[in-house]
Amino acid sequence: MERFVRSEGLVVPLDRANVDTDAIIPKQYLKSIKRTGYGPNLFDEWRYLDHGEPGMDHARRPLNPDFVLNQPRYRGATVLLTRENFGCGSSREHAPWALLQYGFQAVIAPSFADIFYTNSLKNGLLLIRLDAKTVDRLFSEVRDAEGYRLAVDLERQTVTTPGGASFSFDIDPFAKHRLLNGLDEIGLTLEHADKIRAFEARQRERQPWLFA
Amino acid sequence: MTTRTLYDKLWESHVVHEEHDGATLLYIDRHLVHEVTSPQAYEGLTLAGRKPWRVDSIVATADHNTPTRNWDRGIAGIADPVSRLQVETLDRNIKKYGARAYFPFLDKQQGIVHVIGPEQGATLPGMTLVCGDSHTSTHGALGCLAFGIGTSEVEHVLATQCLVVKKTKCMNIVVEGALGRGITAKDVILAIIGKIGSAGGTGYTLEYSGAAIRALSMEGRMTLCNMSIEAGARAGMVAVDDKTIEYVKGRPLAPKGPMWDRAEAYWRTLVSDPGARFDKVVTLDAGSIQPQVTWGTNPQMVTTIDGRVPDPAQEQDPVQREWITRALKYMDLKPNTPITEIRPDKVFIGACTNSRIEDLRVAAQVVKGRKIAASVKLAIVVPGSGRVKRQAEQEGLDKIFTAAGFEWREPGCSMCLGMNDDQLSPGERCASTSNRNFEGRQGPGGRTHLMSPAMAAAAAIAGHFVDVRDFGG
Repeated sequence: MERFVRSEGLVVPLDRANVDTDAIIPKQYLKSIKRTGYGPNLFDEWRYLDHGEPGMDHARRPLNPDFVLNQPRYRGATVLLTRENFGCGSSREHAPWALLQYGFQAVIAPSFADIFYTNSLKNGLLLIRLDAKTVDRLFSEVRDAEGYRLAVDLERQTVTTPGGASFSFDIDPFAKHRLLNGLDEIGLTLEHADKIRAFEARQRERQPWLFA
Repeated sequence: MTTRTLYDKLWESHVVHEEHDGATLLYIDRHLVHEVTSPQAYEGLTLAGRKPWRVDSIVATADHNTPTRNWDRGIAGIADPVSRLQVETLDRNIKKYGARAYFPFLDKQQGIVHVIGPEQGATLPGMTLVCGDSHTSTHGALGCLAFGIGTSEVEHVLATQCLVVKKTKCMNIVVEGALGRGITAKDVILAIIGKIGSAGGTGYTLEYSGAAIRALSMEGRMTLCNMSIEAGARAGMVAVDDKTIEYVKGRPLAPKGPMWDRAEAYWRTLVSDPGARFDKVVTLDAGSIQPQVTWGTNPQMVTTIDGRVPDPAQEQDPVQREWITRALKYMDLKPNTPITEIRPDKVFIGACTNSRIEDLRVAAQVVKGRKIAASVKLAIVVPGSGRVKRQAEQEGLDKIFTAAGFEWREPGCSMCLGMNDDQLSPGERCASTSNRNFEGRQGPGGRTHLMSPAMAAAAAIAGHFVDVRDFGG
């Protein structure tokens, strides 16, 4: 997993609540057996005017000029600002893969769906929960100022605006530790292999039918 | 001893190790695997030089990409080479690493992973069960802790038999009283989501309880738990009772003989203790639940069959107003339109929500001796598994459906998410027994209305949404 320490980047406002993972990456791209190549298909149905399928040359497809990611002032954005319950629905990890591969490093919203939250942090995509009022304020600031950037500092757990206003966010300490150090979670778990084996031995006594 | 919820009991019996901050290494008893979310996990395992920790915990099937027609053509029946490769990749991974049971494409026992788990006895009370699919919550109907995971977690479970998770809060959803005639589990769960919202269960595990839940069949409880994720909850569950025990008994992978007696004795303890403390309690009156139909692009956007499409102008909150406005535009619906005036182009009866034998029986009863409306371009019934399909055929349900003009298909996820050929075309409207009405879910530009099998069957006949209770169903 990539390390995440701090990042400073252009912000794009996606002013929609309850964005589901079907919208983040549509089903036809889930047929791939690879971990990469999802960036061009992030928000595919909103981003392009035609219907996309795997194997197309996505660089040649007609872009929807009304979709916020396509507006020239937001090109190269690395911070996605959005509304509540972002990432609801399907457990597809292709959603954080697509966001990361498009170039996003952090997503800011009042709330996120549980599975999406877990999946994102495991891939080094930082999800930042800020209260709805602060998110409102950031939406109006980003619209008013072209080139609006935010600085995200994971160590200090802060988001800082160009005007110097700073907002702190919560994150699970274990997830933070892993993100800061880019640790392999499976490797960490396997350090407890003896405990897993001991648990299994006890469970085999208590519920032997689970081991039939 | 302190009183404990069912969730407490399931959780505590699987803790391997706990860190100071509450991060817990939780042991996983059953790992269900399908073709879409597993290839990258197996690849990761291979690249790291690791092996599955416990092969006999794995039960696998191919369901998302598989066609529901032309099975006589074999693997070549999967016309899309990208889909075919994904199905073949699962074959290769299971052959290489092994599994307790594998129901590949074309197998007589193949089916939707959330249908075959319980019917094979791969899902048992008291288990922790995971799958790289959000509708894994379905299995909680059997009194187990079951939740959906992403591909990184699939790899983690393969490699370690554990997950690093934190205990959620627990919400008791109490449905007291008796459901009215023609009201099903689907109406109950849609009513619950309408009440608590699509993020109402975020951060919670749901336990469904009350007289109306106890009265539900096991199939009904699976429908209910299936859509827990649509309320934002990773897991939903129902306590073990006689129905649970009866359902599990004799299933191929269920314990037998003296082992069965021991298991049953333990399973009967899997109920929330009287007075157990929940973080939140939500109560619904079963008698007041009416047939439900969604009108928007999120399961929370639901109303009753006698209701109308909402008017965004009535919404005070600007974010919500914008959300409803966008949904109505996508759905091509005008504010205040009566739900009964909405006309489907296609009808889909199936999906892990509603493709079990009981669902097909109810739908068949509605269509028996009738014909689908001329305005309905396509109506399909997709059984949840090979077993369900054969059972339905033995009961003659397939004949009832085909005589009415429905197509009778092979099992799979099908038009719930349209990863195979079963899709809506842009602008088409569908009466669907699936679980998600998101934009493009059933096909790009497609418009989904979620409802029960009885209601979808009635809509196919009437050509518009109709109260199944007025339909002699």
